[in-house]
Amino acid sequence: MAGAKEVKTKIASVQSTKKITRAMEMVAASKMRKAQERMAASKPYATRMRQVVAHLANANPEYRHVFMTEREVKKVGYIVVSSDRGLCGGLNINLFKQVVRENRHWNEQGVDTEFCLIGSKAVSFFRSVGGKVDSTTSGLGDTPHLADLIGAIKVMLDKFEKGEIDRLNLVYNEFVNTMTQKPTTRQLLPLLPGEELKDHKFPWDYIYEPDAKELIDVLLVRFIESQVYQGVVENNACEQAARMVAMKAATDNAGNLIKDLQLIYNKARQAAITQEISEIVGGAAAV
Amino acid sequence: MAMTVHCDIVSAEQSLYSGLVEMVVAAGTEGDLGIMPGHAPLLSRLKPGPVRIVKQNGQEEIFFVTGGFLEVQPNLVTILADTALRAEDVDEAAAQQARQKAKDALEGKHSEMDHSHAMAILAESLAQLRTIEQLKKKFGK
Repeated sequence: MAGAKEVKTKIASVQSTKKITRAMEMVAASKMRKAQERMAASKPYATRMRQVVAHLANANPEYRHVFMTEREVKKVGYIVVSSDRGLCGGLNINLFKQVVRENRHWNEQGVDTEFCLIGSKAVSFFRSVGGKVDSTTSGLGDTPHLADLIGAIKVMLDKFEKGEIDRLNLVYNEFVNTMTQKPTTRQLLPLLPGEELKDHKFPWDYIYEPDAKELIDVLLVRFIESQVYQGVVENNACEQAARMVAMKAATDNAGNLIKDLQLIYNKARQAAITQEISEIVGGAAAV
Repeated sequence: MAMTVHCDIVSAEQSLYSGLVEMVVAAGTEGDLGIMPGHAPLLSRLKPGPVRIVKQNGQEEIFFVTGGFLEVQPNLVTILADTALRAEDVDEAAAQQARQKAKDALEGKHSEMDHSHAMAILAESLAQLRTIEQLKKKFGK
């Protein structure tokens, strides 16, 4: 009867774990729906903003902002968007792997990298692996606000303006569908020109109101902010989806474990009963 | 049939309108702008105020934006609003109240609001009232 009692306690413990993972799965599922709605709601703005800025990069503006000029790359800045909490499968690790891979690629070319980290998982990861961190922000919660991001982004924009970094990339998880999240790197600065507009046969420029400098300065900062915000919102949807999938797998695994343990327990119990009977029979025969 | 141009009105939170229009009238920082099909490329900041669109069938719709950007390409007009509302959703009473409060603050009756903040609120509430007025004039509501 030795094994049976231990197995029984083990089953109870796995069962309570299963209850927790099931609850987390359901919480993540409902949060994912909201996160997806939020992602869809702010997408049109980010997309249009990207279009406008792509047009602008194609135009021949009288005033060229620092953000629009390509420079020789000596230093690269990365804005890394991660989640604040764990238990979401390989979501963050896959992202960090990509960053580390690109980092190595740059280092081989003698290019330094600097990081702006969003989310506490990225902060703790870069604390352990090292790397020059310029700014961090974390604890954004389920409804990220632009105001919480602006400070960290501004540090990187200032650095670009001062020429301390020559390129700025954004790394986040792209939401493909509930099962798939793809780590994505997108170049923010210098601006990438979009596809050429067909309507313009000649070099053209906008009419600016008020003057070009004032307008473009504000527009470009707003553009970067909107792109990073969209990345954060999208990463949040990814986090919830990844957590839901991970917790579903954990719940299934717990179910299998319980089934196996139950079998062991039943066998032990049966063996104990058989032994008891044979002892009684043996004892009776001896009398 | 009148010429049309594709128009998108998006705010940070949602997409408000996307479709063909005959004309867009928006409040730029340098004055009101009327955009018709085939307009030269233009990039302008918007101040708080109404945005009026004339749709393909001559029907009109009015939105309220709190500022943002307007981009014009020959066959595309994009309004990137900071926040935008359909004019019917603008709360007249709340706008009146906000205006009064900002006015009071400017006249020094309340000290909890600083000057620039009060000015911003005043401008926004006035723009909202202007939007409502325009809406009333158009549709006789």
